[in-house]
Parts: sequence; structure tokens; C-alpha cells
Amino acid sequence: MAQFKHPQILIASNLTDGEVVFLGPSGWERDHRRARVAQNAEEAAALEASGKRDISANRVVDVYLADVEIGGDGAPTPMHYRERMRVKGPSVRLDLGKQAAASGGAP
Amino acid sequence: MALISNGRFVEDAWRRLADEEALPKAGKVIVSLPRLQHALEVVGPEAALGVIVPNTTEPSALIEASPRLELVSISFPAFSDGRGFSLARLLRRAGFKGELRASGRLVADQYSHAVGCGFDTIEIPDDLAERQNEEQWRAALNVYAMSYQRGYSGRGSILEARRSAARS
Amino acid sequence: MTAIDLRAAQRPNAPTTTYRYDDYDAAFVRERVAEFREQVRRRLSGALTEEEFRPFRLMNGLYLQLHAYMLRVAIPYGTLTARQMRRLADIADKWDKGYGHFTTRQNLQYNWPKLVDTPDILEALADVEMHAIQTSGNCIRNVTADHFAGVAPDEIEDPRPTAEFLRQWSSLHPEFSFLPRKFKIAVTGAEHDRAAILVHDIGLRIVRNAEGEIGYQVVVGGGLGRSPFVGKVVGDFVPRHYLLAFLEAILRVYNRFGRRDNKYKARIKILVHEKGIDEIRAAVEAEFAAMDRSVFAHDPDEFERIAAYFAPPPYETLPPTSDVLRAAKLDAPAFANFVDVNVSAHKIPGYAIVTVSLKPIGGVPGDATSDQMRVLADASERFGFGELRVSHEQNIILPHVKQDDLFALWRLLDAAGLATANAGLVSDIISCPGMDYCSLATARSIPIAQAISKRFSDMSRQRRIGKLGIKISGCINACGHHHVGAIGILGLEKKGQESYQITLGGDPTFSASIGEILGPGVTAEQTPDVIEHLVDFYLAERVEGETFIDTWRRIGHARFKDVLRREGEDGADI
Ligand code: HEM
Ligand code: SF4
Repeated sequence: MAQFKHPQILIASNLTDGEVVFLGPSGWERDHRRARVAQNAEEAAALEASGKRDISANRVVDVYLADVEIGGDGAPTPMHYRERMRVKGPSVRLDLGKQAAASGGAP
Repeated sequence: MALISNGRFVEDAWRRLADEEALPKAGKVIVSLPRLQHALEVVGPEAALGVIVPNTTEPSALIEASPRLELVSISFPAFSDGRGFSLARLLRRAGFKGELRASGRLVADQYSHAVGCGFDTIEIPDDLAERQNEEQWRAALNVYAMSYQRGYSGRGSILEARRSAARS
Repeated sequence: MTAIDLRAAQRPNAPTTTYRYDDYDAAFVRERVAEFREQVRRRLSGALTEEEFRPFRLMNGLYLQLHAYMLRVAIPYGTLTARQMRRLADIADKWDKGYGHFTTRQNLQYNWPKLVDTPDILEALADVEMHAIQTSGNCIRNVTADHFAGVAPDEIEDPRPTAEFLRQWSSLHPEFSFLPRKFKIAVTGAEHDRAAILVHDIGLRIVRNAEGEIGYQVVVGGGLGRSPFVGKVVGDFVPRHYLLAFLEAILRVYNRFGRRDNKYKARIKILVHEKGIDEIRAAVEAEFAAMDRSVFAHDPDEFERIAAYFAPPPYETLPPTSDVLRAAKLDAPAFANFVDVNVSAHKIPGYAIVTVSLKPIGGVPGDATSDQMRVLADASERFGFGELRVSHEQNIILPHVKQDDLFALWRLLDAAGLATANAGLVSDIISCPGMDYCSLATARSIPIAQAISKRFSDMSRQRRIGKLGIKISGCINACGHHHVGAIGILGLEKKGQESYQITLGGDPTFSASIGEILGPGVTAEQTPDVIEHLVDFYLAERVEGETFIDTWRRIGHARFKDVLRREGEDGADI
């Protein structure tokens, strides 16, 4: 297993519609701010184990841990620009993806 | 292992012989490729001989033995490794008339490809057979009425059909 | 919406200008849809694991991207009817987000479909004789062709009948659907290569031998990606009679001997590179000699049947030049610029080929909204026999427009934001989706294209600069063809930041060359500056009649490298 350096969240794609989801305290969430944050390697392994179960249950695909930093409000933000893109949507179409719903734009 | 033939799960009349097992006097046995030469020499006419080969085998290695061989089983190390399809074609082209078997984790969706290339039977592990039951394999044979290629087995060729329609 | 009543102008009995399905084709595509519906159902039930499902969904054009699934629809040899274009628009509205992305491989990509909706989308495509078969996966991909096919003055033969023939032959091929890696075939029938055949797994060039017989020059092992190669000739003249047998032979050699231990070395270009073209040629020829060629022999009736669909539309007899056009150009300078830049010569007197740029200044290269698609469909019906093309430059082509109609067409396009007069110019940038959509990306590419396009927003400056292809990829896979851009830009990750490597001197045509690296990577902000300096340097150095690549070839790469170096010294941290 990769060395644990930063808090992590579990990120995946929902099987039926492909939307990016995050493992929360009770199931998969579409908003990364509700993701459960692993603070150490054991917690990260536990997240991954739940992820594996839900792969087997044909709920999600493409599951992996992403490093995050915790903001003042306690919510996690991915550290890498790739995952930052995934929690928002395309940077060239601010009217699409999660960012659109967040800003009250087009659904 | 489960064996699929003509869209049905069937009993396997063949037995795969481990390399340390003695060659029997009678019965249908499948030996590994390194053991084939020896088996050809010692196995009598009461026994039927088959061989399991890697998908990288040069067909010429089998052609010579082919009058005596009644089965060639080609291993698929992964279902996405399509070398076995070409090997099957080459063996059929060289005149091999016995049973051609694909052995590995092939999925039902590949069944008609396999038949098209000349395979008769598919041998898959039990866990796969559990997920992909007989019904799915049978259905896979009937998804397409015809195929675009000519010179492959299984289904009718659209090219041939157009040709005969144009002639009549 | 436009004020003009388009219905009235529609031709009631528009001729077919592209292949039409017969009952066999129609049944086959419906069967594929039904099969995929079942595959989706079995995936959801768990009968298929993701690992098992993936190759089958890819073979039907369905990817999983950063934000959602992505569906890639084939536009065979880049030809579309107005009806098909409208259907693409309707699908974008009903199941996607009101737009589509036209790609360099004559495909359309929808960026937001749901897995559970894709069978219905495919059904809607099948209604208009379209599909997503083999637009991805390790199989023979959708065959591409010259987008000026049938109308270019420099053509020996229309490549589309060949491409359609190969489309059918490759569809669900029993033997060649689980290849070591993807396999791309392109066909051209012209003297100028607009299909980039030298950078495909197989490139086919229709040629005529000394006896006047038609055949194919067969090039193998070209490709871009991580290790770019220009293809090599494996068959100098393959008579049509043997084309299929020859292709089967190549594919069989590749299927058996192509590397499967490393997916980055699995393309046929690596096999050709490692074994050498002579050994590959010998293997192909041996296989060709051993096979039963009669099975694959050319079928003239079938070829004729297909070719008949591509018969020229009923052109009028017109004078070679148009007074209407000349007058309109004098009246409207913006229109005159459009004609000079986006309109090409047609083989029929009085007609023209119009390139509709999908590269508005600052826009997303290749994207079209559903409304724009409908305008294009209408325009093609009104002015161009209801036919459209998709080019590998990610633009739309109206292949047969009367010169007399150009002005009216331009006004229609202009009203829909589709009259950008930049075809082939510096802002006609090819860009892959990059990290805005693509899960393999190492950096974004669209915002770079947008920034460069804005930097050169002055159209008269663009015309002064002349032909210049900028091509951008968001990772080493090179979907944006950066290796063959006169200026290529490759987005990479460097120390957790997006970084852009610039190459110069690439060329996708018969004179194909792979670009050379300019220097260390630059940041996103620096990229437009660097490009601008390179362009200014070229303008200062060029002699009359030269394009960017001509000057680069004449004065050499080192001089251009100096520009970047000097700029670094100017204080910018490059
Ligand atoms: C968005 C999802 C896409 C993914 C995941 C993807 C994936 C890839 C990969 C992995 C390769 C490298 C293949 C190799 O070298 O073996 C590749 C090459 C290529 N792709 Fe894409 N691609 C995508 C989109 C596109 C788009 C939008 C276009 C057209 C604009 C495109 C056109 C090409 C071309 C022309 C090549 C290089 C030519 C070649 O060597 O095959 N791809 N793509
Ligand atoms: S070049 Fe890379 S980033 Fe761009 S589309 Fe291809 S795989 Fe994605």
C-alpha cells in the first residue's frame, strides 16, 4: 500500500450513470464535502475495503483513494488538480457538472 | 470446469492428464504439448489423444501430429488475448478436423467469435459458469443472424447472401 | 432560429450521397443494439464484471471519463446526411447536455450519457443508420477517409466505397476483435493526403499502375501516441482484387505476433519497428501466399453496389466562376475573407467546398451545440444536397455548394456563430478534450487552445500569418495529434502543476514528419506568449510565399530554439 501522507477520501464512479461519487459515513455521496475522511492508513484501508465490497455489489467502478486537505469548515478538498476537476466539472464549461448544481446553474 | 458445446453445458468426455500421471491404455486424454511426442509414440489405438497448447504455438508443431490428434485445446491466458482465434483458424486451414476447444476465462459474448474461428467447444472455470449460465451462452449464439465476413464458420455470410440475391 | 423558411427550400427527393443500409445492414446494427442492451443488463446484474464488460462497452464506443460516461459515435468516412445530423442534435438534447464534440477521428462524442440510457441512444442512432460500433477497443476502429472525398479535384478515386467495404468487413470480425491493441485504418484516393494515412496502423492510398489498373499502396505501422512513427510501405501496389486478403494477412500477423506484454508497446508500429519492415513484409507475404485468397477475392458486384451510393449528386451545368459571388465579395469584405480562407476548389465548375469552422475565437475546438447542428443540417439541405462531412481538423464540411449560393450560406452560418473564417489558420486549433473531460489526461488542453485563439483574435493578423496548424494533446497518447502539428503542444504534469511541452515541424501529410521538441516545458500562462513569439519570429524571418513550416524547414530548428531561450533570459522563468 502507498505510504499515508495526507488525509484521504474514497472516490469512485457510480455504475449506472457514471457520476463521480465519494464514500460518506453512510453510503456514496455526490458531494465530496460529505465524504468520510481517513486520517491514517488503517482508516484508509477501511475505506478501500468498503469500496471493494461495492465494486463486487456492482454499485461503483474505478474506485481509488485521493489525498485531500481539510479546509476551515472541516470539508475535504482534493490536493491534485485532477481530482479537483472531478469534484467540480469541466473548467471550460462552468455550466456543467457538479459546479453547475452548486452555483444554482442549469441542472 | 464447465464445458460448452452447441450452446449447452455438457459432460466432458475427455480427461486432462497431469504431467506426472501415467498414460492410460484406453480412454480420451488430453496431454500437455511437451508430452505430446512421447504420447504419440506410446499410446495405443484404443486411446484417443488430445493436446492442450499455449496460444503462441506454431501450428506446424501440431500439423504433423494431426492425423492422430482428435482434440486440440487452445489456452486463453486472458479472455482479451485473441491469439487463440488466429491459431484456431490456422489449424482449420491446415486441415485439422478434430475437436477444437478454447480453454480459459472466455466470456459468453465471445462465443460466436470462437465458433467463427473454428472452435467446437469452450471450457471455462466453474466460478465463471456460475455467473454466466447456460442460458447466456445459448443466447450468445443467436444474437446475430449473419456476419459480414466470408470464409468464417458459424453464421451465414451477408456477402454471400447479397451475391446470390443479385444473381437470382 | 433563422427567419428564412427552410422547409420550402428543401429538396423533396434529395439523392443519396452516402451509403444506405440494406436489410442486412439494418438487421445487423439492430442486433448489435440488442446485444448491447443485454450486455448492460448483465453488467448491472453482475453476470459481467467491470473487467469483463469494459472491452465490450469500449467496442461499442462507451468510455468512463472524469465526470461521466462518454459515448463515441462513428461517422463513417466522415460523411453525414442532414437527417443524421439532426438526429445527433436530438440525442444531445434528450440524453446529453445539448452539445457534442467532433473529434479528429471522424467521430462525435457525447460527454454525459448514462450507462442505462446508452441502449436507447444506440437505438435512436440505428433509426438513422448510425452506430457506435468499434469506435474504441482493441479492434479495427472506424475506418476514416479524406473529408474531401468525391469532390476534390486531385482525386484518383473516391475512397469511401473502399472505406465502407472495410467498415463492413471489420464489423465484429470473429478473428480480429481481440487484438493486442486498437487498429486504425485510413484511406485516401487523392494526391494530397487529407486523411493522415502515414500515421495510421494501416494507411491505404488508392493508386493507378502503369496499366491504368486501380490498386492500393499499403502503408503499415504509423501512429502517434507515446512513440510516434511514420508508416512504412508494406505493399507498393496491391490490386483491388487482393486488398481484403492482404489486410487479413497483415491483421493475422499482428494478432499473432504483436506484443501483449506491455500495452504501450502493443501497437503494430512497435512490431514493425522492432522486427523491421522487411521481416514484417515477408511474414505478411508468406501468410498471404498460404491463405485461401479466393474467399477474400474482390467482389466487383458488391463493390459496385456500394460505390453506386456515392454517385455524384445532380450538379447543374454552371460556368466556372460566379458573378454573383464576385459581386458579393466586393460588397461584404467579411464574406470575402470567409471565401478566401474557408472555401476550397471543387472538381465541378461553379461549385465549391465550404469548411465550417468549429473553432470560434475562444471556443472549445470541435464542440457544436444541438442548435448549431440543426443549422448545419438545414444549411446542407438548402445549399448542398443534404450532405455534410466531418474533417480530422474537427470542422464540418459542406462538400457541394454552388458558388452562387455562397453568400446566402455565409449569412445563415454567420447568424449561428458558424462563420469564423479561420480554416487552416493559427486559431483553427486541433485539441483533444484533455483534463477537462479525459480520465487519462495529465493536463488540460482546451483552455490552452482558447488562450492561443484569443491571443490571435485579430483575423487580419491570422491571415498574414497564413497556414499554421497548432495541435494540442492533454497527455502522451496524442489524441490531439501534437506530434504532427507545425506547432505541437503536449500537456504534462510537472511537480504537481500543468506543464506544456512545445514541438515544432510536425506534418501529417505525405511529407509526414514528427515535431521536434523546442525546450523545457512552460506553464499554461506562458504558453500563449511563447507561441506568439515563435509566430512573430517566423513572420520576421519568412520569405515571400512561405508558411510557418516552410520557414522552419529552411532556417532550422535551432533558430527557433533560440527564441525560447532568449525569452527565458528576458526574465520569464521557463
Ligand atoms: C476522451 C477520451 C479519450 C481517450 C480515453 C483516448 C485514449 C487514447 C489512447 C490511450 C491513445 C493512445 C493509443 C496508443 O498509442 O496505443 C489514443 C490515441 C489517439 N486518439 Fe484518443 N482518446 C480519447 C479521445 C480522443 C479524441 C477526442 C480524439 C480526437 C480528437 C482522439 C483521437 C486519437 C488519435 C488521433 C490518437 C493517436 C493516433 C494513434 O496512434 O492511434 N482520441 N487515444
Ligand atoms: S491525448 Fe490524452 S488527454 Fe487527450 S484525449 Fe487522448 S488520452 Fe485524453
